[in-house]
Amino acid sequence: MTATQEPAAQAEIGRDRRRKEDQRLITGRTRWTDNITLPGMLHLAMVRSPFAHARITSIDTSAAKAGRNVVTVLTGADLGEAQGACINAWPVVEDQVTPDHLPMPTDRVAFAGETVAVVVARSAAEARDAAELVEVDYEELPAALDLKEAAAAHESGGTLAHPDLGTNVTAVWRFDSAEAGTGGDVEAAIAEARDSGILIEREYRQQRLIPAFMEPRSVVVDPTGEQITIWSATQIPHILRFALAATTGVPESKIRVIAPDVGGGFGGKLQQTPEEMIAFAVARRLGKPVKFTETRSESLLTAHHGRDQWQRLTLAATKEGTVTGLKVDLLADLGAYVAIVGGGVPVLGAFMFNAIYKFPAYQFQTTNVLTNKAWTDAYRGAGRPEATYAIERLMDELAAEVGVDPLEIRERNWINHEEFPFTTVAGLEYDSGNYEAATARAKEMFGYDALRAEQAERRARGDKVQLGLGVSTFTEMCGLAPSRVLGSLNYGAGGWEHAEVRMLATGTVEVVTGASAHGQGHETAFSQIVADRLGVPFEDVEILHGDTQISHKGLDTYGSRSLVVGGEALVRAVDKVIEKARPVAAHLLEASADDLEFSGGSFTVKGTDQGMAIQEIATAVFAAHNLPDGMEPSLDSEATYDPVNFNYPHGTHLCAVEVDTETGQVKLRKYVCCDDIGVVINPLIVAGQVHGGLVQGIAQALWEEAIYDENGTLVTGSFVDYLLPTAADTITFEIDHTTSPSTTNSLGTKGVGEAGTIASTPAVVNAVVDAVRHLGVNDITMPCTPERVWRAINDGSSGGETTEAAMPHFDETEGGVQ
Amino acid sequence: MARINLTVDGSQVSDDVEPRMLLVQYLREQLGKTGTVIGCDTSNCGACTVHLDGTSVKSCNVLAVQADGAEVTTIEGLAAEDGTLHPVQEAFRECHGLQCGFCTPGMIMQTVDLLKDNPDPSEEAIRLGLEGNLCRCTGYHNIVRAVQHAAGTTEGASA
Amino acid sequence: MIPAAFEYVAPTSVEEALAALAEHGDDAKIIAGGQSLLPVLRMRLNAPEWVIDLGRIDSLRGVRDGGDHLVIGAMTTHHDVGRDPLVHEHALLISKAITHLADAQVRHRGTFGGALAHADPAGDLGAPALALGSTFVVQGPGGTREIPGADFFVDLFETAISDDEILTEVRVPKHDGWGASYEKFVRIAHQWPIVAVAATVRLEGDTIAEARVGLTNMGSTPLRAHAVEEALAGRPATEDAVAGAAALVADGTNPPSDLNGDADYRRHIATVMTRRAVLAAAGRG
Repeated sequence: MTATQEPAAQAEIGRDRRRKEDQRLITGRTRWTDNITLPGMLHLAMVRSPFAHARITSIDTSAAKAGRNVVTVLTGADLGEAQGACINAWPVVEDQVTPDHLPMPTDRVAFAGETVAVVVARSAAEARDAAELVEVDYEELPAALDLKEAAAAHESGGTLAHPDLGTNVTAVWRFDSAEAGTGGDVEAAIAEARDSGILIEREYRQQRLIPAFMEPRSVVVDPTGEQITIWSATQIPHILRFALAATTGVPESKIRVIAPDVGGGFGGKLQQTPEEMIAFAVARRLGKPVKFTETRSESLLTAHHGRDQWQRLTLAATKEGTVTGLKVDLLADLGAYVAIVGGGVPVLGAFMFNAIYKFPAYQFQTTNVLTNKAWTDAYRGAGRPEATYAIERLMDELAAEVGVDPLEIRERNWINHEEFPFTTVAGLEYDSGNYEAATARAKEMFGYDALRAEQAERRARGDKVQLGLGVSTFTEMCGLAPSRVLGSLNYGAGGWEHAEVRMLATGTVEVVTGASAHGQGHETAFSQIVADRLGVPFEDVEILHGDTQISHKGLDTYGSRSLVVGGEALVRAVDKVIEKARPVAAHLLEASADDLEFSGGSFTVKGTDQGMAIQEIATAVFAAHNLPDGMEPSLDSEATYDPVNFNYPHGTHLCAVEVDTETGQVKLRKYVCCDDIGVVINPLIVAGQVHGGLVQGIAQALWEEAIYDENGTLVTGSFVDYLLPTAADTITFEIDHTTSPSTTNSLGTKGVGEAGTIASTPAVVNAVVDAVRHLGVNDITMPCTPERVWRAINDGSSGGETTEAAMPHFDETEGGVQ
Repeated sequence: MARINLTVDGSQVSDDVEPRMLLVQYLREQLGKTGTVIGCDTSNCGACTVHLDGTSVKSCNVLAVQADGAEVTTIEGLAAEDGTLHPVQEAFRECHGLQCGFCTPGMIMQTVDLLKDNPDPSEEAIRLGLEGNLCRCTGYHNIVRAVQHAAGTTEGASA
Repeated sequence: MIPAAFEYVAPTSVEEALAALAEHGDDAKIIAGGQSLLPVLRMRLNAPEWVIDLGRIDSLRGVRDGGDHLVIGAMTTHHDVGRDPLVHEHALLISKAITHLADAQVRHRGTFGGALAHADPAGDLGAPALALGSTFVVQGPGGTREIPGADFFVDLFETAISDDEILTEVRVPKHDGWGASYEKFVRIAHQWPIVAVAATVRLEGDTIAEARVGLTNMGSTPLRAHAVEEALAGRPATEDAVAGAAALVADGTNPPSDLNGDADYRRHIATVMTRRAVLAAAGRG
């Protein structure tokens, strides 16, 4: 028993702790899946379809089987039911049309890159050598490639991605505020605006993107233990285990999934992949460990893509610019199959088109469409960037129509801070926010008025380089998700998260979380939460995650949920430890439990200097020599937290670009943002999330696009043509925060992982359009390539379509290369 | 098979390799130097950057046989033997210049080369000097800070 | 991904290399710096049976003064060429172009001769080499021969080097006192140029006495813009005068159309980049 300890000098929450994870990562002591080597391990190579849509007429594996060190070559038919199936967890409507998705189809391929056979060999090189020898005969079928044509194919007699389904439309999902009782009739609002107000009608393109995480996906399966162990570069070890068990018949208790170090995801590793299923089946069949690591080319071709929507938008407003209605009609390209979240991505956007504005009437409809391209699913923001882009572009158009500054039109329509909590026309309750404060701060950081003056001056002078200012006052829903809400949307699982706190005998702490980090810094941020709440040193907390044997329960990491849902579970587990410790402390201090206070890691007897540290209690419980009668000798506790609401971070992002009107080249000049993400646990990690998010969003605005040619071949199939920005293409950002604590979790936190991406795309495009609006431009299709910007300036169009070809730089010709 | 002899992170190694084996494969598969990683197949991403005879190269774009007789330094050989981090490693941690960490070995190795060449780089020189290294997490903001920090020109991370 | 298997030989002299080439002929590929070849092999776009590595032939490395010209050894790395004081003094245009070529790691490994022999019309060295009137020296079984710049680039990825020959050096006439600029138009820093213009000019007072202009990615080979050069000669180094000459640059070119730009857009960009490159070379940028 010791005298009361001084409370920790500095609170952990809010402190810019350097990350625990980094020591390993900066010295190369890493555990990427591809690093794992097991005795006798075999290597896989996939034989992939070069055609977007084709019938498989025959597969001859004999030459490949004769290859050096080849163990076997297997097709979908060989694996049969053992290969399981790729699941869709979210049929968005009851009658969703969902094509069967076998990891290796046996009779027909539905997109270029789909696996038709797998080679197993002693080395990866030999597996690849033999894969070249597998002879597959295909009968090419017409491919459904254009989203608009595909959507109408069942009426027009057009090409079907899956002929047996009779349609490419998998689902039509609709929300109408009048029907839901959350608002008025949008058609009436539109009619009125057409008659006497302002109607903005636009069609925007959300181009197809590729998540392009830096670590290519890799999977190792070891079937030699009592449990089959799978290491995978995945965001969702728990969901993967569920899917493996549900579709292969192997009991869930016989499967252990480990996500070791995972090199980025951004939604792109939120998938149960065909390659994981194939590796699992092959390992089981051969009884040997196997590994498959994809190449970057394979990754770009077959890992799921994101976005890919056409958005038809109608915004109604009064002449003064007060919004009266919003109608959204989407076409969403799901690609060849309905992926695990798949058709749910546009639905996640359904609640966000109205954004921070007080629309009295709202209608949303998405038509989810199958095509013969790579399947699409979550990519950073998942539905919300698409929604935010649409509304923030429309608000700029409304401002231009009314003839006021884009910030002024927003202020006229946004929810004022005293109106929170606010129930929106989409039926969500926004818990907290202060759009005025964030905007004022962002304007100040930006030097908004001075930049507007410079813009006017450049315009007056007819400068070849024009300045554009772009605004995005975004909000998003994050912290997926209240299980009841997910249930009402027909989602196949809940949205809770699990945590466990283990008090070790020597006083250090192991914390198990069901969240599964892949670069977010959970080990650091979660340690800070536990250190603060439990009053133990930051260094004494060890965060364990990403292994179903340790973290048996969890729903993984996506949708900006880890902190706001997983963090809250952690808080509750810690609180249970404290409550378990209380009677022990009372017993040992010979005091009444009611007289004990817990603070700074110690129980103290009120009004005395008698106290006992939590670590001492842990040691005493371990010994169990002197516990209250009937007490279980354990402080370990767990909690499963199901959120009751989402939370709604928001922010004001301001972007200045310089547009070279001679070439159409866009140069970032300045970017500032002021985000309200509630209480910040670690400002350093938050800043990193914002910076990275910004660049991904900016990249959608300016650079990235997955392009297929008329045959359904991905022409942006390497980093030569799929343009990720480099350090030389980006700038230093200025970021700040205002704080309206969330009221939906006890830490007051809001999600931050997706904020930068959601906000920045429209800020940039608004800036580009703003730079050339005086030249007659009111839209430029993303990505705003120099050619598109130049064409928009010169013919007033939105810049036209991309020519679908890529020049070779690594040629196939005989000559030349040295 | 071809016999190669080289020095990797200060140790002499000798192996028979297939001519087609890439240097990065040799490091990872034969030597277990898995700190160096492979991120692409077109030499765009730079994740595999190591030093070959003192200058930075993409080890996925060099054959192991071409490194015969050479001295190779990887991320695993950068810190001092007593574990003291190289100033560039320290700067990446201090400035939160990494998130998932997959690009980090390449970023750090290229930064070491960059600073050797130009000990006092401007922000523009840093950004251009890292154009052969892709990162998908950080938006490069804190990577640039880290390089500046290592060069002694700034005060660490901006949060 | 891993290349298909091949045999490997690393000769230490040009003669040995030629012998290996003679022996393996069509089944062989020469590897210089390998920065374009290795991706090709990794993606299995090509699978030679033999790879002949020139990397151990020391005589092919280095830059030396050849009197009225520089001699750049084919195996000199981009990095070494770019930093070479002789190149900076006598062929500034090449120094300027190399700062834009690929990235630092590739410049450490890639070679001057290898890049030129690869003959990618989007490569950054063809246009400056042509603009400077370079001569390409190749060695074959019958000895050496010189290929004038105008004849070197034949088509996409195709040069006048015969299958049994090796590019050994490039002779670059000295352009002492000429200003130079390489204007590269890209969407992303690590991209091949959509269009680039290499310009070098000799001023007399405020007048452009002579100009040399080369074009990157405006056809199936690097091009020299003779019409622009002629129009610039004797003109004042002013924006208007240079723009007038630059307007001729796209005549007769046949640029590609691809996802980075249609042919007509490339022609437009070429005129803008030409004007900027010439003005910058004249110190007026």
